Parts: sequence; C-alpha cells; structure tokens
Amino acid sequence: MRTLIVLLQKEFRQIFRNKAILPLIFVMPTVQLLILPLAADYEIKNIKLAVIDQDHSPYSAKLISKITGSGYFQLTHFGNSYPQGFKTIETEKADLVLNIPLGFEKNLIREQQNSLFIAINAINGVKAGLGGSYLAKIIQEFNMEINLDWTRVIQNGTEQKIETLNSAWYNPGMNYNFFMVPGILAALVTMMGTYMTSVNIVKEKEVGTIEQINVTPVNKMYFILAKLIPFWVIGMFVFSVGLGIIANLVYGISSQGSLFLLYLFLGIYLVAILGLGLLVSTYSETQQQAMSITFFFVMIFMLMSGLFTPIDSMPSWARAISYLSPLTYFIEVMRMIVLKGSGFDDLQYQFFVILLFAVLMNTWAILNYRKTN
Amino acid sequence: MEAVIKAEKLSKRFGDFIATNAVSFEVYPGEIFGFLGANGAGKTTAMRMLCGLSRPSSGSASIAGFDVYTQTEQIKKHIGYMSQKFSLYEDLTVVENIRLFGGIYGLSKEDVRVKTQGLLEHLKMEDQKNKLVGALPLGWKQKLAFSVAVFHKPRIVFLDEPTGGVDPITRRQFWDLIYEASQQGITVFVTTHYMDEAEYCNRVSIMVDGVIEALDTPAKLKSQYDAVSMEDVFFKLARKAKRGAD
Repeated sequence: MRTLIVLLQKEFRQIFRNKAILPLIFVMPTVQLLILPLAADYEIKNIKLAVIDQDHSPYSAKLISKITGSGYFQLTHFGNSYPQGFKTIETEKADLVLNIPLGFEKNLIREQQNSLFIAINAINGVKAGLGGSYLAKIIQEFNMEINLDWTRVIQNGTEQKIETLNSAWYNPGMNYNFFMVPGILAALVTMMGTYMTSVNIVKEKEVGTIEQINVTPVNKMYFILAKLIPFWVIGMFVFSVGLGIIANLVYGISSQGSLFLLYLFLGIYLVAILGLGLLVSTYSETQQQAMSITFFFVMIFMLMSGLFTPIDSMPSWARAISYLSPLTYFIEVMRMIVLKGSGFDDLQYQFFVILLFAVLMNTWAILNYRKTN
Repeated sequence: MEAVIKAEKLSKRFGDFIATNAVSFEVYPGEIFGFLGANGAGKTTAMRMLCGLSRPSSGSASIAGFDVYTQTEQIKKHIGYMSQKFSLYEDLTVVENIRLFGGIYGLSKEDVRVKTQGLLEHLKMEDQKNKLVGALPLGWKQKLAFSVAVFHKPRIVFLDEPTGGVDPITRRQFWDLIYEASQQGITVFVTTHYMDEAEYCNRVSIMVDGVIEALDTPAKLKSQYDAVSMEDVFFKLARKAKRGAD
C-alpha cells in the first residue's frame, strides 16, 4: 500500500509539473466543446437558390416569396432563361435551381395540376438531399394552400385530408446541441484519456527511467495502478467541467436522469479506455509510435461511434466495428441518461459491455507489461 | 566464502547474434569486481541478465542465492542498479527521488527521513535537496544515482559505466563512494572504460566478443600479460576482437 502511495505521489507531481500537459488537460477540451457543436449541426441553412420564373404570375411570385421566407434559402439568381440559371450551378453560385414553367398558374387553376423542375448540385450530398427535401416540402405546402383556396371558392370543400403532425420527444425544440454536446463531451474525454496514458509509460521507456523501475522489486500491478489513477481523476474532473459548466451554462443542457448512474458508468468507462492507452504503450517503444497508434483508434472511435451519423444506417459489417468501439456505448449512455432520463434497467447491456472492455483491456495490458524480457 | 554472484555458461542470443557466449565467473561478498570490455563486447547484456531485466538464453546464474530464471523479483530486492543512461526522474527533486525509491524498496517513512538527511549531508547536497534533478550537473547526478542505488543496503550493486562523461575530480569522489559501499559489505559489480578505474578493482574480468578472455586481480593480469598497466593488458586482449564497435 505504501508503495502505491509513493508511486501516486510521483505521478501526480510529474503531471502537474509538466507545463505542456496542463493546458492540454484543461484548456483544450473546453475550447473544443465550445467550438465543435457549431460544426456538428445537421440543419442546413443558407442554401443558395436560383429561380427561373418563366411564368411571372401572382402564383409564381407567391411561391417564390414562400420559399425565400422559409429562412433556409438565399435567392442568389433570378431570371427567366433555363441555360442561364443552370450556369449558376456550374459556377457554384447556386446549390439548387427551381424552374417555374410558362403557364404555371393557368395550368394549376384549370387542370389542378402542374409540374415544377428542381435541379440540385449534389457534390455536397447532405446539402443537396436536405435542400431538395426542404424545397419539396415547401412546394407541397404551397400546393395544399392553393387547393384550400380553390375548394373554398368552388364551395365544395368536402375533400378529406390526412395531415401528419410531428412531435419531437426528449428534444422538443429539435435542438442539435442537445444531441451533439453530450456526444462530443464523451468523445473528448475518450481522446484525452487514451492519449495521455499511452504516451505516459512510453515516455519512461524513452528517457530510460522504466529500467530503473523494472530493476526494483515493485509490484507491476501497483506501478500500473499508479499510472491509471491520476488520469482517471483528471478524466472525471474534465467531464464534470464539461457537463456542469459548459453543457449546462452555455448550452442549457441538464441531465434528465440520475447523475450517480452517469458517473458510475463514466468511472468504469474511464478504466476501460485508460486500459486501452496502457495497452498501446506496452506495445510502443517511442512516444511517436504511441501517438500514431492512438490516433488510429481515436479516428475510428470518433467517426464510427454514432457521434455524427446513426450507426443503424451503416452496412452490417461496419456496424460490427461500431459495436467494438467503447465510445459507442458511452455516447449511447450519455444521450439516454442526459436527454431521456433512462434508468439502470435500460442500460444494463451497456454497463455489461463496458465492464467487459475494462477487464479485457487492463488484463491484456498488465500481462503484456513485463519487467523481465 | 560463498559466492554472491555465480554464473555458469550464461548466454544470451538475439537471433543469430550471440551477445554473451557461455560466460562463467564468481564474485564474492564485499568484492569490487571490474567488468571490462570494448563497446559491444556483451557487458551490458550480461549485467542485465544478472539483474533480472533480461532472461538468459541458456546457462545458469544465481544472485544472492536466487535463480535468474525463476526468482527475478527476489533478486531485485537484494540488488541496486545504476544504468548507463541516467535514470533518476529529472522532473522530481533530489529528495523526492530518494523518497520514491526508498518507498519502492519498502523502507519506512521514518527510516527514509533519517537516512535522507544523512545522505544529503554526506554528499554535501543539502542546498540542492529541493532542486529538480534535471537541473544538477552531471557529476552530482551520478553521485546521487549511486547513493539511491545503495540506499536500501542491497547485497550487490551493479554499476553500468557509472562515470561516463564525468570529470576526473568527480570520478575520484565517485570511487570514494564505491569504496565506502564496499566497506559496508556491499558487493560492487562495475563496468568501465577507464583503465585507471580498473586498477581500483579487487578483481577484473575482460570480455572480448561475448567471451571472458581474462579474469584475475589487476596485479596478476599485468604480470601474466607482461604489461605495465591495465591499459596495456586491455589493448593486448581487446585487439583480438572481431566484432566491430557499435
């Protein structure tokens, strides 16, 4: 026990004496949590729209003002020649071209039908898809309004209509920050934890001090525990700052579920990912190697853990990889507890898996760390 | 007298390369045993095997009565080690380093406190005790590293080129420390490239290409090889080396 205390004193002193590590621990996550959610917003705004109005009728004007009034579109070109309008897509002045044909109003009133043409620049797939569907939705609404107008005029308003009403549960305002911030916080804690532990032991290898430790009768379990505990404490601290200060005060997110449950999961989760960092460090000889290997894992974790895109829409083999990433479970648990207020009954599976990760990673790391080679 | 280090045909192979080839020798309690050889002769490899840092490929050895294959952790309790690379923590202070290693070797807090005081006085480093070790001059660092290596009163201390890059005055002071340790009954196993230091040893072995070519007291070696100094002896033996220096 005294050995462990002595080793812990050493680790804490070294961490707090390292001028490079402190900003890394405290400033970087704060800044990232403030900046990243701005980019991780799926709502597409400022879609550049070119309109070719060959009809010049009151209805076409009404449609255009309805579209520009929606707030999603920015009218960058207005004209009446299709080739000219199409050029705006080629020159990146527009993302979408809406063509209103000649006789639009006449046909609409007389024959109750008409067709519009939308051309989409699909280089940015997300923007194209969402922009196209926003526009289609607005046109559909417009269509319905006109229908109502006419049925009122003709006085045979018996037509039955089915209308769907949406209500967004757990995130009533459909606010992307609610969805992204807990996930990003989970990812940041993961990144920091794995990087710092992986580099720490390797640094001792590079400097040569590990040899002096290996030639002592120190129990390697204590040595590894002393490496883990400080980063565990730091992980807990950084998470608390992220959740309590930034998520709460800046984004107005407060946990719907039990904080105790959240921290219990975090506690186990940190052991798991610090174990991964340790494992990497037992296989690396230099800090550069350790960083590169950790970077490989962190990239996969970041992009495959359902942080930005839903796991369900991946092919099944890719989904299998997602479920091998511990971050997947942490993001799930974060969102479930913080947004939905889920209890332990709903999270048993995630708890089980992360416990398994923790045991596996650390056992592997301890077995692979040898004092005699 | 019972030998404190016993090596029997101890070998270490790295692939096709035989770093240490069937070396056999004994070292007795309280002896200062010089372990000489050119760069790449296999000294460090042999020493690492004796310290339980590296597993031998074949042969046998016992240190303080413990086997190098099965009882490495027992061996580690009874030895001190100072490697070629300076290996105290440069970002800890003098006192913090002493406390750390004292604690690891299981010395009580009180014991560490009292002995630290004595050690600092002896090394005349009281003014430096709260300085980061990284800020000390090399000679001081080496003296401190040695003192930490023998702080827990081991049976044997292994020193791998402890005076490399150190000025002659500090080297002299360093050897004073070695003599003191030896007088307290600690066996000293030391490698060096300085032949004047070889003269200070009770017995000296000279390794050439992974094999021990000569082993005796400096006086006997000089007469055996008809040489005026240990340097002369070393030249006569090491010149036969086929392995290039690394």
